[in-house]
Order: sequence, then structure tokens, then C-alpha cells
Amino acid sequence: MTMTANKSIEQPDAELGAQGSVQARPMSSLAQRLSTYGPLIGIVVLAFLLLVWAPSSLSTFRLGNLGRYCALALASMGIGLAWGRGGMLVLGQGVFFGLGAYAMAMHMKLEVAGPGGVPDFMTLYGDGTMPSWWEPFRSGPFTLFAIVAVPLVVSFLLGYAILKRRVKGSYFAILTQAMAVAFATLLIATIKQTGGFNGLNTFSTFFGHNLYNPEVQTNIYRLAAGLVIVFLVILWQLYRSRYGELLVATRDAEERIRFLGYDPANIKLAAFMIAAVMASIGGAMFVPVVGIISPSSVDASASILLVAGVALGGRASLFGPALGAIAVGYGRSTLSENFPTQWTYFLGALFIVVVLVLPGGVASLWSMLRLQLSSVQRKPSSTDADAGLNESLENDEPAVLA
Amino acid sequence: MDVFTTPFLTGTANGAILLMAALGLTLTFGQMGVINMAHGEFLMVGAYVAYLTQQVTGAIGLSIVIALPMAFVLAGLLGLLLEVTVIQWMYERPLDTLLATVGVALVLQQLAQDVFGAQGDPVVAPSWLGGRISVFGYEWPHRQLFTIVLALGALGALSAVLKYTGFGRRIRATVQNRQLAETLGVSTRNVDRITFFLGSGLAGLGGVAISLISGTNPTLGTAYIIPAFLVVVVGGVGQLKGTLIAAWVVGVVTAFLTDWISGSMAQVFTFALVVIFLVMRPQGLLTVRTRSLA
Repeated sequence: MTMTANKSIEQPDAELGAQGSVQARPMSSLAQRLSTYGPLIGIVVLAFLLLVWAPSSLSTFRLGNLGRYCALALASMGIGLAWGRGGMLVLGQGVFFGLGAYAMAMHMKLEVAGPGGVPDFMTLYGDGTMPSWWEPFRSGPFTLFAIVAVPLVVSFLLGYAILKRRVKGSYFAILTQAMAVAFATLLIATIKQTGGFNGLNTFSTFFGHNLYNPEVQTNIYRLAAGLVIVFLVILWQLYRSRYGELLVATRDAEERIRFLGYDPANIKLAAFMIAAVMASIGGAMFVPVVGIISPSSVDASASILLVAGVALGGRASLFGPALGAIAVGYGRSTLSENFPTQWTYFLGALFIVVVLVLPGGVASLWSMLRLQLSSVQRKPSSTDADAGLNESLENDEPAVLA
Repeated sequence: MDVFTTPFLTGTANGAILLMAALGLTLTFGQMGVINMAHGEFLMVGAYVAYLTQQVTGAIGLSIVIALPMAFVLAGLLGLLLEVTVIQWMYERPLDTLLATVGVALVLQQLAQDVFGAQGDPVVAPSWLGGRISVFGYEWPHRQLFTIVLALGALGALSAVLKYTGFGRRIRATVQNRQLAETLGVSTRNVDRITFFLGSGLAGLGGVAISLISGTNPTLGTAYIIPAFLVVVVGGVGQLKGTLIAAWVVGVVTAFLTDWISGSMAQVFTFALVVIFLVMRPQGLLTVRTRSLA
């Protein structure tokens, strides 16, 4: 028997080739400017919607929900970078999401306990002594530092070890998912240090501000939504940069990049680390918005839920992951409130249908449309596929499995 | 009781369970390169077949014997259905296959939950598996012995099929060089389908074995899918012998660790050890030399 799994795994995602290499086409100066600054218009529109329209017209409850989707969107945008542009399917972003979330939750827990105090669950489950590694999280600045630094270090160590050994494709995906499983198991096993299965909850203040004050809640939402906008701008510039092009090139033809004298591992490592930090910041925003963090929000299935949004929105596009995360989050809270079982079927069908007929996500509909408008020859197959997607999305049924 | 014998023997039995869970993957993942995340749910299907045959026949002793072939066929047919409806369109896109089968896994889990309830149902071990045998002072349950025999039997049968039968030859030919196999008149599409049937069917068998140890529940598959994949990767993808060694070592190491620290911490440590091993040796224990750059 031979080892042949690599053969098929090496093939680049051909469907995504169109996105990410837009600049190469010769265009008129207006169209060129539009393609360069078009994303900026989108960002401004989104910023208006999230930061101006939503706080003034949504109820506090809805705004809180939107804040949660924004926190998840931050992690999803990181997945878009690593998977859509870098070709690394990260199925364990829950780990980094959890690192940020638990760092923030530990700080807020210590705020509740007061100076010198010990979080309530430690006296409940243990003997009331606090592990020494909790101590630095009393300081707000240290917590903020840790939210960025810890995932950077962890993702560097993991990514360096895995990527330098040229582990890629499905192997990379399985390894990252194993990380998420191990992380959640570890959290559950250490009930005295991390609250175990119940996680960390019952906070009262966020850096000294009363969490029950609606104005504070709105401001926390603004912070989460603002961070989404900030990272959209960062990613927009990153995708336009030389590095962004190198990353896409590595995704599509890693060997060629190696023969050109680059080390693909370093290129991918940077994307992996940025994605980890984004997930961590998302996790840190999740805690004050939602008020609880538990292993079920960071385990393997939570990580896969993050990927679902990215796949739906369009992994390689700038806005796709963020909008997809918001859509999946919204769909989850509306559908699962009313029809809890249908939601799982819907999610399952979403994975199958999107991957089967629309690998580029909803974002690729736009480029498909443009392609059809510009070229005289029509491709009936892609229109059929789009119609099929819309149909099965509306029917809310696993059509493929029926 | 002996501090060495007990974890060694229970670990061996756990390794056998792991081997049963991973055996189907050596075909679908090892031979075809398909990441089927719904494989865990095929285990669950096998477990529920064991439960159902017990409910329907009422004969506890006989039901396991009936359940084994039925689970094999039913899980195999499900796998075939999956191959025909979803996977055959994505052989060129392994990462997408992974995601699509995650969707299938979610649907199957929810389906099981809707049909059987979230609680899970017990599978009663027949009386001829209820006894214990004394090995070096450890009272070894027949049940564990049975899983080991079953796992080794399935492994032996699989490797014999691959090695000696014409069908096994066609599988190997297709895996090694698809175009050449086609030129020689092998219907590679049929080979794909049957390989997937066999791999999924083996998961059904594994499910029956698992149900004897831990009963059934709708999320049974999620607990096994990642360890099963890791075992296959550690063993060296496509290497039956490697999978056997990896499953056994992982089972025994986890059992020894469980003796010292809590069960869930033992799992974390085993995961960490496996990841460290894979970082040092990404190609796995046993490999075939290739000139591939990867």
C-alpha cells in the first residue's frame, strides 16, 4: 500500500483563483480606481450601519446580539485570512478565541472579587486559594497585553512547528481541530482553575464601568463593532500589499513560491498568527458582550461554526467572512430560538450546499455575475448552481441528503 | 492489583476500540485521501443497529452476532450514498470534502437525536461476554477480549482482501496510478464506490464494538472521530500495520496516564504527545518512500 493522500491534497483551490488577483487585469482609470477604492466604500457603508444606524435604532437586546456577532466576526475574518487567502483550513480557532476570552474573563472575575479577593468559584470548587498565574490578570493593562501576546506566542510555537514541517491541507485541518478538542478537554478538567464546564460568568464591571448600565453596554457594542471596522481596514490594506499577494500565491502554488526563493512556511505563519490574534481579540470582546465564557464556546464544534460563517460569506473575499459570521450568528439565534432542531439541519445543509455548489461563498456570486455580464458567452451551469443554492437555503431542508 | 498489568490490558482493549474506529478510515482516508468527518456518525449508526437488533430480536446473546453484519451493510450503504451524492464531486477539493462531511455529520447527529432522543440507550452485553478471565492477577472482562478479537479479525480480513483478492488489487492499482489502472480496464469509479462502502461498513462494525463498551448516544461519533484520524495519521497514512501499532500505543499510553492523573487530563496529554510526535514525524510511523515534495 502506498501513501497517496498527498496527491489530491496538494491541488490548489482553483475556484478561488479569480479573487485576490484583481489588480493584474488592464482596466480603464475609473474602473481601476473603483477596484482599488471600492472596498473602502463598502467599509464606510458598513461602518455607518454598525456604528451609527444600529445603536440608534436597535433595542439594547438586539444590539447585544449584534455585538456578539461582531465578536465572532473578528475571529471569522481571521479565518478568512488564514483559509481564504492562505489556504490553511483552521478548524481550531476556538483555542485562540478562548485564550482571549478567558484572559478577559479572568480580569473581569478579579474585578468582581476586588483587590486581594479570590473569584467565587474557587472557594466553591476548591480550597479558596488562587493559582499564581491568575495574579497578573488583576492588572487591566497586563490583561490587554496578554490578549494579544499569548495567542501570538502560542500560534507562533504551534504554527512554526507545524508549518515548518510542511504539514498542510487536511493534515493541518485535523491537527488544529485536535487542538480545539484538547483545549476544551483541558478547560473542563481544570475546574478549580478555570471554572470547568460552567466556565467563567457573573461579571459586574468592565474596566470599572458598570455592566448593567445600558450606556456602557452600548459602548461595549461600539467597541466590538469598531474593532470589526478597524480590522476590515487592516485586512483591506494587507490584501492589497505585497505580502497579501505572496500569501495568495503561496496558497495557489506553494512549490513555485519556494523555488522563487521565499519560505512559504514564514508567509503562512504570519497569516496564522494574525488570524490567532484576531480570534483572541474577538474572544476578549465576546466576554463583556455576552457575560459568560465556557468550554462549549471554544471547543471543536464552536470552531467549526466559525468556519461555517466564513464558508457562507466567501472565504477569500474581504467582507465575506465578517458578513457570513453575522448572518450565521443571526440565523442561529433566530432559528434556534423558534426551531432548535431545524437549526442543526439547516447548518448541516448549509455546509453541504455551500461547499458543493458555491465554494467561493455568497461573495463569489458578484464576480460570477460580473463575469456573465462582461462575456457574451453564457455559462448555464453556474446560474443553475446559484438558483439551486437560493432554493435550498430558503427551503431550509437538507436537499442533498433527502 | 498489578499496577502494570491492569492499565496494559485495559489500554490494549481501548486500543482495539480505537483501531475499530480508525480501520474504515485507513480505506477512505488512507487509500482514497477523502477526509470523511461523518465517519464518526457511521460508528454511531453501527451502535444504534446493535441497540435496535437487541430491541427487535429480544435475544441478547444472538443479537450481537446479527448486528455485526447488519451494521456493516447499513453503514456501508450510508457511506455509498454519501459518496454518490456529495463526495464524488469533490475528489479534487479535499478541504471542501471535509467541510461538506461536517455538515453531513451534523445532520446525522440531529437525526439520531430526533429519532432516539438525546439521552442515549444502553446495549446489554450478552451473557457469553459477561465473564472475566484471570490474566496475571487481573480479572479481564470477556467484553474487552471480544473487542480485541473483533478488531484483529477485521484488520486481518481487510488486509487479506487488499492483498490477495482481485478487488484488493484493483483498489491498490487505482490508488497507485488512477490513469494507468483505467487504461488497463479497471472501472475506477466502481472501485471508489466499493472502497467507500467497505470503509464505511467497517465503521459500522466499530460502532457495534463501541456500543458494547459505552452504549449508544447521538454524539458518540464526535468523541472518536478526531482520535481515529490522529491514529491513522500517526500510523502513516495508508499503512494498516502502522494504524495497528498507533492505535495500540495510544490506547496503552492513555490507560497508563489515566492511572496517574484524571481521565480527561490523560486525554489532553495523549493529544499533546500525538501532536508533538506528528510535528517531529509528519509522515507517520511507517511510510513508503516517495519523491513527492510534500
